[in-house]
Amino acid sequence: MAYVPLADQDDAHALHDPQTFVTKYIWSQDHKVIAIQYGGVAIFVGLIALGLSIIMRLQLGFPDTFSFIDPAFYYQAVTMHGMIMVIYLLTALFLGGFGNYLIPLMCGTRDMVFPFLNMLSFWFYLLSVLVLLASFFIPGGPTGAGWTLYAPQSISMGTPGYEGGILFMLISLGIFIVAFTMGGLNYVTTILQARTRGLTLMRLPLSIWGIFTATVLGLFAFPALLVSAIMLGFDLILGTSFFMPAMMELGEQSSYDGGSPILFQHLFWFFGHPEVYIVALPAFGLVSDVISTHARKNIFGYRMMVWAIIAIGGLSFMVWAHHMYVSGMNPYFGFFFATTTLIIAVPTALKVYNWVLTLWQGNIRLNTPMLFAIGFIFTFVHGGLTGLFLGNVIIDIPLADTYFVVAHFHMVMGVSPVLVLFAALYHWYPKVTGRMFNETLGKVHFWCTFLGTYAIYLPMHYLGFLGMPRRYFEMGSTDFVPASAQALNANITLAAIFVAIAQILFFVNIFWSLRNGERASGNPWGATTLEWQTPDTPPKHGNWGEELPSVYRWAYDYSVPGHKQDFIPQNEPGEEYEKTHHTAGGHS
Amino acid sequence: MSLYRDVTNKPWDQVGLPDGIENRPVFAVSNERLALTVFMIIASVIFSLLLVSYYIRMGIGDWVPMSIPTQVWANTTLLILSSVCLQSAVVFSRKQSTISVVSRAGLSFGIGGLLAVAFVVGQYQVWGLLTETGQGVRSNPANSFFYLLTSVHVAHLLGGLWVWSKSAISLIQGSTSEHFRQTINLCAIYWHFLLAVWIGLFFVLANT
Repeated sequence: MAYVPLADQDDAHALHDPQTFVTKYIWSQDHKVIAIQYGGVAIFVGLIALGLSIIMRLQLGFPDTFSFIDPAFYYQAVTMHGMIMVIYLLTALFLGGFGNYLIPLMCGTRDMVFPFLNMLSFWFYLLSVLVLLASFFIPGGPTGAGWTLYAPQSISMGTPGYEGGILFMLISLGIFIVAFTMGGLNYVTTILQARTRGLTLMRLPLSIWGIFTATVLGLFAFPALLVSAIMLGFDLILGTSFFMPAMMELGEQSSYDGGSPILFQHLFWFFGHPEVYIVALPAFGLVSDVISTHARKNIFGYRMMVWAIIAIGGLSFMVWAHHMYVSGMNPYFGFFFATTTLIIAVPTALKVYNWVLTLWQGNIRLNTPMLFAIGFIFTFVHGGLTGLFLGNVIIDIPLADTYFVVAHFHMVMGVSPVLVLFAALYHWYPKVTGRMFNETLGKVHFWCTFLGTYAIYLPMHYLGFLGMPRRYFEMGSTDFVPASAQALNANITLAAIFVAIAQILFFVNIFWSLRNGERASGNPWGATTLEWQTPDTPPKHGNWGEELPSVYRWAYDYSVPGHKQDFIPQNEPGEEYEKTHHTAGGHS
Repeated sequence: MSLYRDVTNKPWDQVGLPDGIENRPVFAVSNERLALTVFMIIASVIFSLLLVSYYIRMGIGDWVPMSIPTQVWANTTLLILSSVCLQSAVVFSRKQSTISVVSRAGLSFGIGGLLAVAFVVGQYQVWGLLTETGQGVRSNPANSFFYLLTSVHVAHLLGGLWVWSKSAISLIQGSTSEHFRQTINLCAIYWHFLLAVWIGLFFVLANT
């Protein structure tokens, strides 16, 4: 059968034109609607996780004050906060949200190559979220095993949520992985096969490179989580001993024997570490486009940026055991993983240099998306540098399980990607809604969030140096943590509450602007990439009207000398083209 | 190599349509074929990780190698025949202008799927047989892995059978869509893949 990419299938039937309200907004197969559905659910569930973090902070800042926070509830809040933020918010919003919205638009296609599968992906994601949230309402509540779900604790008596919460968690993860796989197959196939005319791989915007590589990582890494979830489920339901060692439960020998908890850790982190980059790579890509656009300068070292994304993706599968230095391992093993961990800093640092060099001598517009993007560079450098400390076995061992680690990973994969999310949400808001947001509110939101997160996480590094252990419900009295640390903890809590409240500004802004914002032009930022060149804003079903765009240049023609505007859209033929190709004519 | 050329060129230097007026996918296959290939790679990762876990768990000391019931050999034969039938369906479908339920391609496709159903039923019977003879899922880690590996394999096959059944039903309803040719092709590839996986798993299970 002749190969016909979807991008070339112009008949309305193949595009699944929505006919009714239900097919347009609910059972929609349009990538833009699915993206908004993904984004809405992810942000909603992220707000729940934000609320849970406030519960944790209330307990840590003001112990013995809130009677409704008992140890079980605290651990459940810790667990659900971590899992929701990493998987159900960040992964889903970057790939399900931005991936869905941007891939077809930036690749110049009418939709994903498998729209039905794409729709299923969202509904499976929603189901996984509902199963996860349902665990709050079952006897015993959600699991409190920590987001890593380490065996044997996660399925042992006495752990909160042992009665059913852990099962709900495993089922929810399984459904999420199915949803991700369906979405991921779509993203990969669309990017590889359905790009419009002239859009070679090296003309793709870095957003697409980031999303693509992260998707490939996800497709390879999530199987490890699936395998560990299935095996843990076997141990839990059928009583096998894959991960469960012989141990005593309520004074009696449990029925488990011989299982390997370390095996669970290896499987979990074989997923867990690439997961960091599943979140980080789309953020790298999106922030590159935001920085380049608002600095009116081409991205510095485009090819290096692409190769760095790929190198980071490949290396991310070789560093997982640096999460397990204190689990006990052969010293040579530790040496290997410390080395690979430090090597991964090379392409990552290269990206940071390139962002800074893109800004250098650029015509920087300090609007809201750009502020968030620059804020990201700060927090990412900060979190990345502490990662270099922790990557070394000898430094990690004293700092493991202290607040230094909490501060590190929140800076590098909590705050940084979230700042990029805000940068990207503000940057693409005019395209998605057709309205401009309120700049002043956006800037106030930025400064509250940016400074507030530093007020939260900088002191945590210090607490970590003091040796304050993470995961503790309350500290009690110790010799090594001075009483003044409690004052610091109270301040962190106040800062966390402040930052949480500040997010109201974001929601007020986006909802108010939906109706009252100034009407956005098709390309308000003067951007080059294809999504800003659609005939309608917001783009209609099918994206491109009568004819698909053709791409004549790379994605970063900003401030080209001698050109009348300070940007040249990717689909503009340009003089060189006219000179050399005028006989070839257009395209049909 | 065009992929190499693509990722090494200097995009800022080039203006125009480098590939003429045609758009150019990276792989010269249909989208469905590419997606299936990616899916098979994902499935391979799953089975590889299970096997790595298998070998790590085997080294712990309480491992008692299990004796594989003879019925597993019969089931394996069913799966081989199923794969052969689907491959025949591919060969026949290339020769036939239209594919209907009574055509050779249609019949081979149908029988191939039914043999796979028989394999699934056979595996289920093996689980029952093992449980009856005191070799349940908890009896020993080797047994636990037998249930785990076979059930994950069967789950993958059920996914294939879901696609097969949709096509089989529309064939029975008289549809003669050109789309069947591709479905038969893709089903056959997936069946061969799962047969190879099964033979690998069976080899490991029977020899350790």
